Parts: sequence; C-alpha cells; structure tokens
Amino acid sequence: MYNNLSIKLFGNVLDNPIIPASGTFGFGYEFAEYYDINILASIALKGTTYEPRYGNILPRIAECQAGMINAIGLQNPGAKCVVGEELVKLSKVFKKTAIANVAGNSIEEYVLTSEIFDKAQSIMAIELNISCPNVKGGGMHFGTDPKIAAEVTKSVKSAVKKPVIVKLSPNVSDITEIARAVEGAGADAISLINTLSAMRIDLKTAKPIIGVGTGGYSGAGIFPIAIKMVAATNKAVKIPIIGMGGITNAYDVIEMMYAGARAVMVGTQNLIDPFACKRIIEDLPRVMKELKIEKIEDIIGRTTLNG
Amino acid sequence: MNNVILTTSLNREISKDTYEIILAGDCADNKPGQFVEIKLNGFTLRRPFCIAHSTDSTMTLVYKVVGAGTKYMSTLTYSDKLDVLTGLGNGFNTMACETSRPLLIGGGTGIASIYNLAIELKERNPIILLGFRSKEDAYYIAEFSRLGEIHIATETGELGFKGNIIEYLKTSKIDYQYYYACGPMGMLRELFKFSKNGEMSLEARMGCGFGACMGCSIKTTSGYKRVCKEGPVFLAREIVFDV
Repeated sequence: MYNNLSIKLFGNVLDNPIIPASGTFGFGYEFAEYYDINILASIALKGTTYEPRYGNILPRIAECQAGMINAIGLQNPGAKCVVGEELVKLSKVFKKTAIANVAGNSIEEYVLTSEIFDKAQSIMAIELNISCPNVKGGGMHFGTDPKIAAEVTKSVKSAVKKPVIVKLSPNVSDITEIARAVEGAGADAISLINTLSAMRIDLKTAKPIIGVGTGGYSGAGIFPIAIKMVAATNKAVKIPIIGMGGITNAYDVIEMMYAGARAVMVGTQNLIDPFACKRIIEDLPRVMKELKIEKIEDIIGRTTLNG
Repeated sequence: MNNVILTTSLNREISKDTYEIILAGDCADNKPGQFVEIKLNGFTLRRPFCIAHSTDSTMTLVYKVVGAGTKYMSTLTYSDKLDVLTGLGNGFNTMACETSRPLLIGGGTGIASIYNLAIELKERNPIILLGFRSKEDAYYIAEFSRLGEIHIATETGELGFKGNIIEYLKTSKIDYQYYYACGPMGMLRELFKFSKNGEMSLEARMGCGFGACMGCSIKTTSGYKRVCKEGPVFLAREIVFDV
C-alpha cells in the first residue's frame, strides 16, 4: 500500500526507504528476536561467495572516534547454504524480499553466485560487492578499475533476470567514473559508499589493532564523505542510487535522499543499536513533518551539486 | 536480549585497577555466564562485560581499567544512567555436573563471571579455584569463601600456591568430573591441554555483541561460531585452540 514514506524501486513499491546494509544484519532472521523486521523495506544480506569462507584472523574490529574499522573478510557459509538454509530461516519471519550481496575472487565466481540467488524467490535484487577492502586478491580491485567494474556488471547482467545493484568503493580518485562505467554495462542501480580503507595502531605494542593490518572504516564519521559522493554520482548517472555511509538517524536519511538517494542503507548503527532501523522508520514521519515534507519520494535529489 | 536504562548505585575500586559497579533497574533474566553490552558516552562501540551477580532489579559487574572506555567507566558515579543490552549470549549449563561436585576455575577478571555461577551452585558445595597475578590484584576472596571450598594461586606466591592456577590444579589431585572456567586465553589453553571435561567462557574483541557483525568468530569442531551469540560459554572439547 502506498503511503507518504513509500518509494518505488525496480517497479516495486517499498513501504519506506530503510534497508539494513550488508554485513551489519547477518541473514536478517536473528533480528526478528528483537523486533518485527517486516517493517523494513528490505534487507541486504551478509556478503556471500560461491564457496564457504571463514574470513580473517581476529581481531577483526577496531574502534575509532566516530566509527569503527572492520576486517571480517567475508565470513559466510557459501551461496548454496545461504539459499538452502539461511533464506529458508529468513522467509519464516520476513514476508518481503531481500537483497543478496555477492562477492567473489573472479568474474566467474560473481556470475555463478549470482545465478544461484537469481533462482531464489525471496530475493528482490542482487547487489554486487565490488568494493570489499578486506579480501586479498579480490573484492575491491573489481571496483577500482572502471573497465573491470563494467566487465563484472555486464557478465552478471547477462546471466541473471533479477535487477543488479553495483556497490561502489569510495577508495578511488573519481567514484563517478566507476558509476558511469557500471551504468553503461547495464547496472539497474548503484549503492554507495562501502567502507574507507583505514588502520589503527595499538599504542602498547605498536602493531596494527586489526589482525590483517588494515580494514574498512564505517560509521558516523564517514557520513559527509558519503553525502558528497552520492550527490556527485547522482549528477553523473540516471539509474537509482541507494545511499549509505554513516547514517545514524532519520535526519541523516533525509539528507542522504536530498543528495540523490532513492533508498538508504543503515549499517554500523545496527551494531551499536540493534533497534536502529526500527527507530529511524518510526521517527521519519515526525522529522518529515518538522521539515514540512509531505511525501518522501518527492525529495530525492532535491539538492543539486553545482560545477 | 533487553535494551534497558540502568542507574549506577555504586562504583568502587576493589583491587588494583579492578572496579565493581552496581547498576539498578530492570535486570531480570540474566543467567550465570551471560553478559551485557554498555554504551558509554563518547565511544562508538558498546563494551561487553560479564555479570558477577544479578537479581531482578540490580546487577553487579566487575571490570578492569584497560583502556579509555573502562577508564571513563571508572569515573561513573551514583545516579549516572547507562544504556545497556542485557541477557546476551548463552551462559553456563549448570545441569552438566548434576552427578558430581562442581569445579569452578577463574583467572583475573574472569573470576567475576563464575561468581554468579558459584551462588547458583552453592548447595552443592563447589570447589573454587581462583588465580591472581599478585595479592594486590585479588578480590572477592571472602565472598567466594561463603559459597564453597576455595583454593588460591598467585604468580608472586603472596597468596596461596605460587604459580598459575592450572599448575595448581595439575599438582593438587583435586577430585572432579566437570569444570566451569573463565579467564585469560593463556589459562584456558593450559586447562584445555590438561582436561577437556568442562566448559569455558571466552573473551573477545566484539563489534556488536549480539551476532550481527561476525567480528568475534572462533573455530570450533562444528564450524565457526560467534563468541557473542553461540558463546561466550563453549564446551571445552568443541573449541579449536590455535597452536
């Protein structure tokens, strides 16, 4: 049913623009222990590879002044297990469709994994994670070269029927170049930003806190960077943008949509407050009233970036 | 899991850099071995703490000042309010030692996590082994003495056996069938090598504390498990220790 919080995405009407970001919500069903997750627009599932992956050595987490660094390393049970077990558990408590997040070490792996999710009824779209900074020899390098980014996108697009979202890395000199490349290759939407490459050092040992040395920085501290990149990307492409990076409250959602986001993803805040998405959805009508916004869909891209 | 606002009623140093904080509010449904995650002003991530003791309306936590977060926590005073996630993780299985006298082993701040368990097992007169670095690090000795038969080891030898608590266990010929342990990784690894008949509560650097981020996954004999969600208590024999 259409209401003032509704937005359209890939021909679907979503109840609101709030989607938990991949890697901060597991496979979703465990959050059903805390609240009714059916209030969410959708859920971006934990990044999935073709084969199961344990991920990186511990520690995988380092705290920062206004956020955190993680280097999980795509721990996941593999695409077949995700579809065969995790999605079954999710479907019991979530009546809407989810977004699969696909990562890989080769174009073939992206294609094979995406094909598995393409057959799953409970999947709305496939988000290609070409921006994970935490996996050696894979992940991010697909997202920092426009040619390779376009090639991954094109290969997956020709293999699947479901809409393909390409998740972009901020660790590039010009994110709009990558955005245009994946749009040209047939991407149905773009999501941004993934985490920023970062590092902390233990003052007692002078060694990196993160076990593998570096990781990806997320949380409130990256919000202004994300806003700028979403605004610049909105100017560069016509396909829908899902904005993310440091969103902590309903005001941030409005700002992200002004910048050009059609929907938003909430990430790190879920780890600090398991009720974050629920609180943001419940607070949105109040904030919209305060800002004299009647329909949230009307504000998408209201801010135009000059120059 | 519950998200509650608790009020500080007491926060005091009980041994070197080790504090006891008593919080009041809705503290129901916290089992021995479960933990809480506390949001501290000015810090992004919540901090995990084991529960030393809890009732329906109060909980006592014991923590060591090790960094900026716990340093800030040590400044909390009467009536200060805290945003807390309670009832996290899975606690000790008190049924596992039904037919024998329980053995409880604690080291350092891990001692706090077996205090609630000792209270619950009091009727069965548990054997309680406590390991500290030195006399000035020791705490809760009088409290544990009321709950069972206590044995102490200090590395300096100032109190009880000179050496670590696992060396003491090996030499003492204590008769037991099943243990419950919490302490530093080194202590748990030594205990694991000596005996796998029991369960261990693990400590880890966590992101969220409730299973969402996979920041604290460990290897087990049945795949990877999260210290915060499937743990923090694991059967000793299912833990795969890095050699």
